[in-house]
Amino acid sequence: MSLTSRTRLSILDKPLSRGKGEVSLSCFALLFSEVVQYCQNKSQTVPELQNRLHDLGRKVGSKLIDLYFVRERNGKREIKLVNILVFVKSTLWKALFGREADKLEHSNDDENTYYLMEKDPLVNRYISVPRDKSSLNCAVFIAGIVEAVLTGTGFTAKVTAHWHKGTTYMVKFDDAVVARDKQLEER
Amino acid sequence: MSRSATRFDTKKVNSELVTLTYGALVAQMIKDLDNTEDVSKQLERLGYNMGIRLIEDFLAKTGTGRCLDLKDTADKIQTAFRMYLGVQPNVANWSPAGDEFSFVLDTNPLTDLVELPDDLKSLKYCNIICGAIRGALEMVQLDVQSWIVLDQLKGDQNTEIRVKFIRRLEDAMPAGED
Repeated sequence: MSLTSRTRLSILDKPLSRGKGEVSLSCFALLFSEVVQYCQNKSQTVPELQNRLHDLGRKVGSKLIDLYFVRERNGKREIKLVNILVFVKSTLWKALFGREADKLEHSNDDENTYYLMEKDPLVNRYISVPRDKSSLNCAVFIAGIVEAVLTGTGFTAKVTAHWHKGTTYMVKFDDAVVARDKQLEER
Repeated sequence: MSRSATRFDTKKVNSELVTLTYGALVAQMIKDLDNTEDVSKQLERLGYNMGIRLIEDFLAKTGTGRCLDLKDTADKIQTAFRMYLGVQPNVANWSPAGDEFSFVLDTNPLTDLVELPDDLKSLKYCNIICGAIRGALEMVQLDVQSWIVLDQLKGDQNTEIRVKFIRRLEDAMPAGED
C-alpha cells in the first residue's frame, strides 16, 4: 500500500452503505438507453451488440459478488449449486430489482442447464426492439451479471438471454461444476 | 435542509444498479478511447442526450411553468436532482452578476463505490451531470455552460457543479409555420 494515499480516505475506510439508495427509473432507463446506443455504435451486427452488453453486465456482476455476500450473507459464500441459484433468484434479484425473479427451472433434457425466467425485465421495459433486429434482447446485460456472479463464486457457467415466456436466462454450468456438486451430495 | 415540498410519484430503482452500470460504461469507454480527455467529452455528450429527454419527463411530472429568472431555474434543477438522483444539492456561490451559480453535493449516488486510480485523476467522472443540465436547459431555450469545480473523487470535501448562463436561445420555428 502506498503511503501517499493516506491523506485521503480510501473507499475501504468508509462504512459499507446499506444499499437502500434509490434513483428514479427514468434516469436508469435513459442511462441504459445510452449504454445500448454506445454498444450499438461500436458494433456491426446484433450478436456483436449482444456480446458488448453481455460484457458490460459481467463487469457489473463481478462487483456485486462481494457487495452482496458481505451485506446479505455476512461474508459466507455458497458451496451448493442449488443454493447459489436460489441466491441469484431471490437475494440478488431482490436487492437489484426489488423483487424475486419469476421462476427457476431445471431443464428436462440436460442436467447442466437451468432456466431463470422473468416476464418483464427492468432493462427491457422501455425498449422496443426494431423488427429487423427481433432476436435482440437487451436483457443479455442481466445475463452477463448472472454469469459473472455464478462464475465468480466458483460455479463456472455460460448465461444467455432468450425471448421465451418473457425473457428466459439459460444457465449452462460446466461439467466440472455439476460433477463436483454430485460428489458433495454423496458425502 | 428542506426535504418537504412535493413528493413525486416516480418509480425507483436501486441506486447501486445505476452506479455500477454507469461505472461499467465508463470503464469500457476508457478501454475503447484510450484518452481521458475524450472520455470526459463523451460522458458530457451522453449526459446531454439524457438531459434533452429528461426535461420532458420533468415537465410532465411536475407540471411546472416557465422560470422567471435564473434563481428560479436553479431551484427547479435542484428539484430535478432530488427527483432523479435522490440527492438534494445546495445552490450556492452566485456570481455578482447573477449569471453563474453552483450546485454543491455532499453525496452523489454516481460516485458511491467508485475510486479513481491515480492515472485517471484527470477524468471528469461526473461530467454526465453537467451534460444533463446543459441538455435539459437547451430544450427550454437556455444556453448554459456547465463544469465541475470540486470533485469528491479527487479528494475534495464535496462535489461542486458550476452552471453559467450564456444566452437565451430564440425559438426556431419549423418551416411553414408562423
